[in-house]
Amino acid sequence: MNLAYRDIRHNLGRFLLTCFGLSLLLGVVLSMIGIYRGLVEDALTLVRTPGVDVWVVESGTRGPFAESSRIPGDTREAIARLQGVEAAGAVTYQSIETSHKGNKLRFYVVGYELGRPGGPDQIVSGRTIGRSRYEMVADRRARLALGEGIQLGRDTFTVVGLTDGQVSSGGDPVVYVTLRDSQELQFELAPPAARREIARGTAPGNTDTINAVVAHVSPNVPADSVVISARRWKHLAATTQAGQEHILTSSVVERARKQIGLFTAILLMVSAVIIALILYTMTMDKLREIATLKLIGASDRTIIGLILQQALAMGIFGFALGALLITTIKDFFPRRVVLQPEDGLALAAVVILVCVVSSGLGVRLALKVDPATALGG
Amino acid sequence: MIVSEVTRPAPLVQVHKVSKHFGEDETRVDALRDVSLEVSPGQVVALLGPSGSGKTTLLNVIGCILEPSSGRIILDGEVVYDGRWLRSDLRRLRLEKVGFIFQFHNLLPFLNSTDNVAVVLNLAGYAAAEAKRRAVELLDYLDVAHRRDAMPASLSGGEAQRVAIARALANHPRIILADEPTAALDSQRAGIVMDLLRKVAAEQDAAILAVTHDEKIFDRFDRIFHLRDGALETETSNVFG
Ligand SMILES: Nc1ncnc2c1ncn2[C@@H]1O[C@H](COP(=O)(O)OP(=O)(O)OP(=O)(O)O)[C@@H](O)[C@H]1O
Ligand SMILES: [Mg+2]
Repeated sequence: MNLAYRDIRHNLGRFLLTCFGLSLLLGVVLSMIGIYRGLVEDALTLVRTPGVDVWVVESGTRGPFAESSRIPGDTREAIARLQGVEAAGAVTYQSIETSHKGNKLRFYVVGYELGRPGGPDQIVSGRTIGRSRYEMVADRRARLALGEGIQLGRDTFTVVGLTDGQVSSGGDPVVYVTLRDSQELQFELAPPAARREIARGTAPGNTDTINAVVAHVSPNVPADSVVISARRWKHLAATTQAGQEHILTSSVVERARKQIGLFTAILLMVSAVIIALILYTMTMDKLREIATLKLIGASDRTIIGLILQQALAMGIFGFALGALLITTIKDFFPRRVVLQPEDGLALAAVVILVCVVSSGLGVRLALKVDPATALGG
Repeated sequence: MIVSEVTRPAPLVQVHKVSKHFGEDETRVDALRDVSLEVSPGQVVALLGPSGSGKTTLLNVIGCILEPSSGRIILDGEVVYDGRWLRSDLRRLRLEKVGFIFQFHNLLPFLNSTDNVAVVLNLAGYAAAEAKRRAVELLDYLDVAHRRDAMPASLSGGEAQRVAIARALANHPRIILADEPTAALDSQRAGIVMDLLRKVAAEQDAAILAVTHDEKIFDRFDRIFHLRDGALETETSNVFG
């Protein structure tokens, strides 16, 4: 006869309610971890999409994502001539805000050269950009339909293809346009004063600026050697793909990571305290029964078993419910929530540990109970 | 009486000069002072006395729930206390030798009648099916078999008390300690419960010690001990005994 199970069954409603509350709490913890993972993944999508080996940016910057970088448009030709470079492409990145059908929309616009590295990697519906002007490939999250026209700057762009899961590190959906269109947008959307100076030719830059050059390197040549060659130009800086990913995770994601990490730690502590409290009151409510059990000859093992089994049942059930809940609703979050099995397992292990440790409090209480308290009226 | 004194079998409960005090100095309360008594198999004995006279304390000391301050206690021929506990597993001792009946039945609220009885047998190491079979048998013996699947909350006071008695009897204890077993019952039910206890004492050769205030059931006891301020005052032998 399992006393823990019998007691739970007798107070099933209360047990389920407790589990439900716990599951919400653990669900929040799990979604925090998922949001963090999503953040990292989102931040890395843009870096990974071109599938290149080397990034060339303005010297002294950690561009093009962590810091802004502007280099002349002809840099691409220079990089393409370096030994070991198989293909190179000029790219621009900019955030723009526009209104469409009465809604404010924010996009992260990527400009790339057709037929060169830097464009979208996978089109899930429609096609890639075919004409050099006024076509765009948009991410599904922009909620634009194929064939839909959208005004950017002075021109109307037609959506010809859709990607899935392409967002900037800020969570804005990515749209791809040709390099020429993007340069024009950059000019049109610049502040009026700067625009006038560029038009006059008095500004240091001209309209043919780009943010980075991305390059494929031949498998026989180490990417590092290309990076070293590119750095010989005083106005350029270069990193490998791994270096670029590192810059992004360390600078862009680092603060968010600390923020969310701290928050998750606090949540975990709150959960631990709440679990301990629940288990403690659960034991408190049973003191008379526990005294009776002692009186009729139950061993400490029986009593510890009763408390521990209920603690574990609550923890495991609450966790499972929480995990189920978050898995069900994760796609409704505005930003990506990535649930990794190993994170789930780690949290489950923490929950079980917390349950065991917290039930220690209840166990102590239970073992101290004087069986005589069952006798009194 | 004198004849039976000679042929009386070895007592089941022997309390020898047992004292118990709580606290020290100003707060010292002498709950038991040099109490000595013996109860033989088959006897149903009452403990009487005003509130605070030490009745519950005496019961707890005999049931090895409370450690005396001095004296000697022998249960079923085994010296369990002689200035100190002589057994480390007092709960096991209780499981083997002692059954408790409480004023309020103290059934486990999450088990039905049968399982409330069977749980003791489970603790004693019976297989589940055997424990259940014996539990139902006991409930039948106590005339509550028809309520075997009922949860304690739905039992009447008398039914609950009878289930509790079944539980106290489950592991064949030869010593049954009852603290005001009939206080929560009306006089008719109290009479039924007392008759049952008498039946158990007679049929199972058990010694029964019951604390009571209930004058209506005095005639159901073989002997009556009077406690006052922790000391055993007089012993009345009951004409019905
Ligand atoms: N745990 C304790 N700590 C201190 N004093 C106690 C304790 N238990 C009992 N006493 C005291 O010992 C004395 C005897 O108490 P006991 O409970 O044995 O009385 P009782 O005869 O059962 O009374 P009642 O009829 O009211 O149940 C009382 O004065 C009581 O206050
Ligand atoms: Mg009392």
